[in-house]
Order: sequence, then structure tokens, then C-alpha cells
Amino acid sequence: MPHYLDFEKPIAELEGKIEELRHLGGDSGVNIADEVGRLQAKAEKLLRQSYGRLTPWQKVQVARHPDRPHLVHYIESLIDEFTPLAGDRAFGEDRAIIGGIGRFRGRPVMVMGQEKGNDTDSRIRHNFGSARPEGYRKARRLMLLADRFGLPVLSLVDTAGAYPGIDAEARGQAEAIARCVETSLSIEVPFVAAIIGEGGSGGAIAIAAANKVLMLEHAIYSVISPEGCASILWRSAEHAKDAADALKLTAQDLLRLEVIDSIVPEPLGGAHRDVPAVIQSLGDALETALLEMSEIKGGVLRARRRDKFIEMGRAGLS
Amino acid sequence: MNWLTNFVRPKIRALVRKADVPDNLWDKCPSCGKMIFHRDLEANLRVCQHCGHHLRLDAKRRLSMLFDDGEYQRIELPKVTLDPLRFRDRKRYADRLKEAQARTEEPDATLVAHGLIGGRPAVVAVFDFAFLGGSMGMAVGEALIAASRLAVLQQAPLIVVPASGGARMQEGTLSLMQMPRTVIAAQEVKEAGLPYIVLLTDPTTGGVSASFAMLGDIAIAEPGSIIGFAGARVIEETIREKLPEGFQRAEYLLDHGMIDMVVPRHQLRETLIRILGLLRNPRPSAEVVALPQAGIEIPADAAAAAAGEGAQGDR
Ligand SMILES: [Zn+2]
Repeated sequence: MPHYLDFEKPIAELEGKIEELRHLGGDSGVNIADEVGRLQAKAEKLLRQSYGRLTPWQKVQVARHPDRPHLVHYIESLIDEFTPLAGDRAFGEDRAIIGGIGRFRGRPVMVMGQEKGNDTDSRIRHNFGSARPEGYRKARRLMLLADRFGLPVLSLVDTAGAYPGIDAEARGQAEAIARCVETSLSIEVPFVAAIIGEGGSGGAIAIAAANKVLMLEHAIYSVISPEGCASILWRSAEHAKDAADALKLTAQDLLRLEVIDSIVPEPLGGAHRDVPAVIQSLGDALETALLEMSEIKGGVLRARRRDKFIEMGRAGLS
Repeated sequence: MNWLTNFVRPKIRALVRKADVPDNLWDKCPSCGKMIFHRDLEANLRVCQHCGHHLRLDAKRRLSMLFDDGEYQRIELPKVTLDPLRFRDRKRYADRLKEAQARTEEPDATLVAHGLIGGRPAVVAVFDFAFLGGSMGMAVGEALIAASRLAVLQQAPLIVVPASGGARMQEGTLSLMQMPRTVIAAQEVKEAGLPYIVLLTDPTTGGVSASFAMLGDIAIAEPGSIIGFAGARVIEETIREKLPEGFQRAEYLLDHGMIDMVVPRHQLRETLIRILGLLRNPRPSAEVVALPQAGIEIPADAAAAAAGEGAQGDR
């Protein structure tokens, strides 16, 4: 039973009917097959219509969809010989961020990112993808390791934000994120980041100051959650929808603002409707991005990465 | 680099700004609640004479407090696209900006100045909390990049004084991008071998703390300042617990190893002068050491001695 979002109700009804008809089954024969085909065409048209013009708030929900593929799914399909590496060598192992070495389409890489978890147990184990300082210090360690051995870094971003807790603050959440950004801008290897779900604030940019930043078609990337923004600026979380509009957090808006470099298309109805397809298209996009950088020297890669961020937002000024 | 040639003419500031309030007014200390004669509070650098609480200091006052004789030169900062998202909540961001500009008579939340501190050149970037809570958008990012490049050009240390609630959310993800941009600004100063000092003041939180503000070669904080990543309210709502006494205060960060020192406002300048003096110790020019080259005959006894050393090392 798929999980339907609020705005998918009409689609859910149609698909429910299709299931019912299928259960009625074989005896009544041809008529039912025709009816199923007709309803399927209708459902697909409806999907195409609603996903063709998702509002920012609808995209927020798609980006947070419980069945949306997460980091572990991408690693499983795209990375051979994946060898997870653990720990920040200072305090602990934060499973909100997973990373390690492996082979991506033949070449060794460092891959890392936030993992939200897929059921109650794994969500708790991964703290819903919200990392503490240890997670960011581990990410930093992995980037430095990649730099030492010339491994390109692939960073998949999917987090509501860094974890806001007493322990996280006590151990220097701000410093850990700052240091992670600093290292992102220091390494001399190709660095590609992809926002695959939620790109939540400082917790996201910590591992996304990359040469190329890709974004899935219905992912979001924002300085604050729409709910948080609404409760501050509108003084009510009920305005989350308005905040989502105002924040310009969609891939389409961010490409126009030149905050991201390209959009990776999702299958019809969102990544969760065809997981192998979205993994394939992200894989292709990551490979293209890496190939573009394969001949560029490390120092140049670093300089270009910095220049990109320095120039960001300046366009349009005389 | 047009901003470099566009230095504003030197503006000599009086040590104490012309008070816009009559001298006979009283202020109430937000910490101990006692009444303080306004003139006394200003003369005491806005530190409560009863309890030592540090009230917020405006940006220009901060600059005159730090530079020798209160003299400094401001630089004109690069223009930025105002309101890039045409953001509107209950109010237009464009209107909020105009109001803040009218109130503070400044284009945005960061001022950059250069001058002498303890007789040595220094560049200072200071945040004005009164300008939309010192929030960081494109203009603040540009200010810090300009400050960093001026410091490198002058081979002077950079001192940054944040007072900011974090990113300016009305600039959306572009405000988030000021985190990497300001980190690069800090990196450029550090990579030029120049001191990068951060003076954390109340408050330093969110995206500001999680970028340039936590990367100082030396981190100094004013007593009682709130410094941290997540806001207290967000943390309380997440963990449903009361926060411990003194949480996210400067002293708490000192105890947790996140900053070097907590320095009262009256001792800041002398502390800075001492640190800058110590960090500016010029390196001795490297002594040229001749390395043995191929083809050069090594005397037998020297070769034997070297071999003996090697053997010792192996043991
Ligand atoms: Zn007091």
C-alpha cells in the first residue's frame, strides 16, 4: 500500500479503484481489463498534471515522502565495494551521516551524506538524518582522507537540519559545521554534491559547498524550514505554505538563482514511484559531473569552487 | 576592485557619540533591573555599573572603542541586489530593508573600517544588531569578503565582531550561501599568514556562528554573550527539557573548549593589542642549508658518521 500525500487524493482514489477491479479478477474477463486500462490512463494523466506543476509546499511534502529513496538506497545501487568508515576520532560515531570509500562506475570515490532511516528503528538509529557535531567531524575527516588519496567526493544531502540539542551545542555544533564548510572549500579533489530530498539549512551546506551542486527535480533546499520561517515571520506555523512560496526553495527557483548547477529529473509521480529509475538518473548526472572535472588539476578545482561561491548572487549587478 | 579605490574620506569619530537622548535620562539594566544614569552607562561603555552586565553596543561605538584614539576610516562596501527573491511575509522585505536603512543610516548590517590598533594597522568588520538583528544576507557576505581582501592588501590582521541572529531568511537559500562565502573570506586572511581574530558578542547564532565566526585563529567573547548554533526555543521544543543555567553563554563555551577567552569590554582593546603584537612576530628569514648533491664526494669519515647515526636510529 503506497503512502499518498494529501494532494494525491484523487490519484489515490483512482489507483484504489484499479486495485479493487483487479481483485474482482478473472471471471468477468475483458470488460474489467478495459476498465482497468482506462482508469490507469486517467491516473497517469492526473499524475502528470499534478507533478507537472507542484507548488513549493507540495514539493516540500514530496521531498519528505516516507518512501522517497535515501542515501542507503543510492549507495546500495551505485557504489560497488562500499566500505563504510566510522567515527570522528574524538567523541563518537554519528549514524546520521554515513560515508565511506567505494567504487562508482569503475573509479574509487569517497561517498557520504545524511541518512534519515526508513522505519522506526532505523530512523532512531540515524536520528532522522539530523547530525550532531560528531557527524560533521566525521564528514570532515572523510573529505580530508579523500583529499589525501585523490578520491573524488560525492556528497548526498538529505536532512531537515543539524540536530538542535543540548549535547550538540555543548560539543560545538556551530564549530563542527563551520569547519566542515572550511574543509569543503580546501580540498583539491573533484567534489560533487546532490540534494536528494531535504537540503535543510546549515546542516545541509556543511557538506554541499561543492564544485557541482545537483538537485533532484522535487527536492528542496532552504535556509530554514517553511514551518520555522512561518512561525518567525508570520508568527504562526500555519503559514508554512506561504513561507514555502516565499523562500524560493525549489530546484527550479534555485537553478534560476544559480545556487545550484543542474536539476536531475525524477520519474513521473516523484522519486518514490520508481526508485531504480531515479537512482539511475542521479548516477548518470554524478558521472557526467565527475567526468567534466577529471582532467582539472586539484588547485584549479579548489580555486574554481571558491570562485563559484564568491560570484554567487552577484549576477545582474552592473 | 572598485571598492578599494572608493574609500570614504576619513571620518574622525568622537570617542563618545553625540547622545540623542538627554543626559538626565535613566536606563534600566536588563539583568539586575537597577536604574543607571544614561550618561554613566554610556561613559562606562554600556556595562552596568551595578552587576557588570554588558548591554549591546552599536557598531560605530564598537569601532571607535577598538581603534586608537577612536579614529578609523570606513570603506565603501559593494552594492548588492536588494531583495533578490522579492520576499514578502506580513510585510515586504524591501520595506523592512528601507526602514532599517533609515533607522541606522547604514546600507546593511556590517560596517568595515581600517585604522590603527596599538599603533599597528588592522581591519575591523563589525555587525550592527540594530539592522534586522544583524542578519546575514548578500550584503553582509560582500562586506566580509571586502574586509578580508582589504586585510590581505594591507597585510593587516582582520578582526570580525559578529552580533547576529544568523542568516537573513528573506534572502532564502542565497543567505545560506553566505556561509561558504564568508568562510572563504576567513580562509583568504589565514592563508595570507595574517591573524584572523573573532570577537564574539551578544548574540552570535545560527549560520553566522556556523561559518566565519567559529573559525577565528583566536576566539574572544564578551561576558554573558549568547553564542551557539540552534536557538534556545528550538532546542527546548525539540528535547522538551528546560535548558541548563548559563546554556550557550560565553562562559559556557569557554568551559566547553569552544573559545579561548571571555574578556570584559573594558579590557578588550588592551587584550587585542597584546594578542596582535604577539602574533605579528616576524618569522626569521630561512637559513640556507646546503643539501648533499649527487656527484659530490662525501669524505669517508662523514659517511661513516652518517651510517652510524642510521644504525642508532634503527635500534
Ligand atoms: Zn545590572
